[in-house]
Amino acid sequence: MRALLALPVALPLLGAAVSLIFRGRRVAQRAIGIVTVASTVVVSLAILVRVEADGPQATQAGNLAAPFGITLVADLFSAMMLVVSSVMLLAVLVYAIGQRGTDEEAGVFHPVYLVLAAGVGLSFLAGDLFDLFVAFEVMLTSSYVLITLGASRAQVRSGMTYVVISLFASMLFLLTIGFIYAATGTLNFADLAEKIEAVPSGVRMAMALMVFVVFGVKAAIFPLFFWLPDSYPTAPTPVTAIFAALLTKVGVYAIIRTETLLFLPDLERVSTFVLAIAGLTMVVGVLGAIAQNDIKRMLSFHIVSQIGYMILGLGFFTVAGIAGAIFFIVNQIVVKTALFLVGGLVEHGTGTGALAKMSGLAKRSPLLAVLFLLAALNLAGVPPFSGFVAKLALVEAGFAVDRWLVVGVSLFVSLLTLYSMTKIWSGVFWGPVEPAVEPDSLRFRLPRLMIMSTAVLVVCTLAITVAARPVFDLSTRAATELVDPRAYVREVIGR
Amino acid sequence: MSAALAFGAGALVACGTYLVLQRTLTRVVIGFALLAHGANLVLLAAGGRAGRPPIVGDDPSPLADPLAQAMILTAIVITFGVTAFMLALAYRSWQLSHDDLVEDDLEDRRIARLGKETDPK
Repeated sequence: MRALLALPVALPLLGAAVSLIFRGRRVAQRAIGIVTVASTVVVSLAILVRVEADGPQATQAGNLAAPFGITLVADLFSAMMLVVSSVMLLAVLVYAIGQRGTDEEAGVFHPVYLVLAAGVGLSFLAGDLFDLFVAFEVMLTSSYVLITLGASRAQVRSGMTYVVISLFASMLFLLTIGFIYAATGTLNFADLAEKIEAVPSGVRMAMALMVFVVFGVKAAIFPLFFWLPDSYPTAPTPVTAIFAALLTKVGVYAIIRTETLLFLPDLERVSTFVLAIAGLTMVVGVLGAIAQNDIKRMLSFHIVSQIGYMILGLGFFTVAGIAGAIFFIVNQIVVKTALFLVGGLVEHGTGTGALAKMSGLAKRSPLLAVLFLLAALNLAGVPPFSGFVAKLALVEAGFAVDRWLVVGVSLFVSLLTLYSMTKIWSGVFWGPVEPAVEPDSLRFRLPRLMIMSTAVLVVCTLAITVAARPVFDLSTRAATELVDPRAYVREVIGR
Repeated sequence: MSAALAFGAGALVACGTYLVLQRTLTRVVIGFALLAHGANLVLLAAGGRAGRPPIVGDDPSPLADPLAQAMILTAIVITFGVTAFMLALAYRSWQLSHDDLVEDDLEDRRIARLGKETDPK
């Protein structure tokens, strides 16, 4: 049963290899991609069920005992992330196949996409820091290829910024790994959790903050976010959507994983600092979004703003806060992907992403308007949607530890989020249809696959809303496991 | 950790950071390579004292840490691949613009200009 743990990594890699063989044969590549990602979804669900019943599961690659070999571990948090991310990978792949031009020009799209899936899977399952580094590199290297897929001028420009900043963070990560290895002699998370206490607290604090900075760049927290709104919007919609869904969240996952498992007492001492970072990330992100005039750029700034909420939950350093953050991440991944896919459909239909150049889309495609509205209200946290539940959990957790100011800021940012969503709504969907549109092309003709996968994601957000209680209970249990890693350590080290 | 290794790593990282901050793409690529070397030196230093023999047979005397070397090897392979990609990207950028500099973000400029125009001052 534990061999299952290797599958979310091995399956996509195998699929990528097979897909490369079929280069130039589109139908075969598409079939391989769909089958591989769909089976990853099934495997992830199986892992989640197993972990939910029996607690954390670990497997040692090549049967090398724990602190020395490559360890794959799944606890509730990583299993939940695996399930959500694989579902997103499937939905976006279907969307990409439906969108003309994404996988047609470039025969490498499918293999690279599958390698990205493998990298994301490995990041969630990695049981030691160096493994996590390799997983990040696998994921990021394929993201470099995807973001510059068309090799157009804009893509090369923004892709270069993205590559350089990501690589700089990766090198910092490598340095941090060197320091941690020098201080403790191990990199295995479970082993580190035990040995880190012997390290002097000043050194520990330095390591905690270095890890925070390294993953902060990947997660795009303030003030390390500037590369994100610059580079994401230039890529093709499916690529932007999957980046928005997964890459920054993998960064947040890594922050939460390392800081709770290794540095919880250290970072708790600077919790005001973490909360200030979270607050600034929220505010700067949303203000940036309001200033933009292009759907994809607005949504990209919103990614930054929402990352602030996730760090906020961590910053309270309570089970309730981390549970809220986990629920928020799960919900946000689905909502943000859905919004980007809607944005892509709007661009597809009108040929532009500029708010000023379109109007009256609600009349031309009521279905698209409804999909956008449901996702946008969820993003802003309007009751009764799951976005509201997530924010409520964070607010309650904040009140419980008397952090009034930052909670107030988060509520204010929610209001601004709603405002910027209204800006898109009134710019794109509301108002009269532009006079330039011919009456017979009034109705949108949208590719069925694209609209289908978008609709499925919006239904997913509604499902999370309906099933908020069980999902939140799961998040709470995941948070409890994170704060008290004894079960995790026992499973990996075996004592 | 030997002083030479520490200073070497420090110098490499400093030069690498300086070069990465330049706007010329070739300098960025070289700077990145220097950064990677610096990080590898730190990993090497983290592996323990110099001069210990590698793991051979059942020799009971202190041995060099093979894990640090394995990690460096992996890191070298990764940075090699990514450097190749960056060079390709820099070449593509030169093909498109006949310039080695990172270009400005046009949309960003446009919004900044809009902000200035609507400024009441």
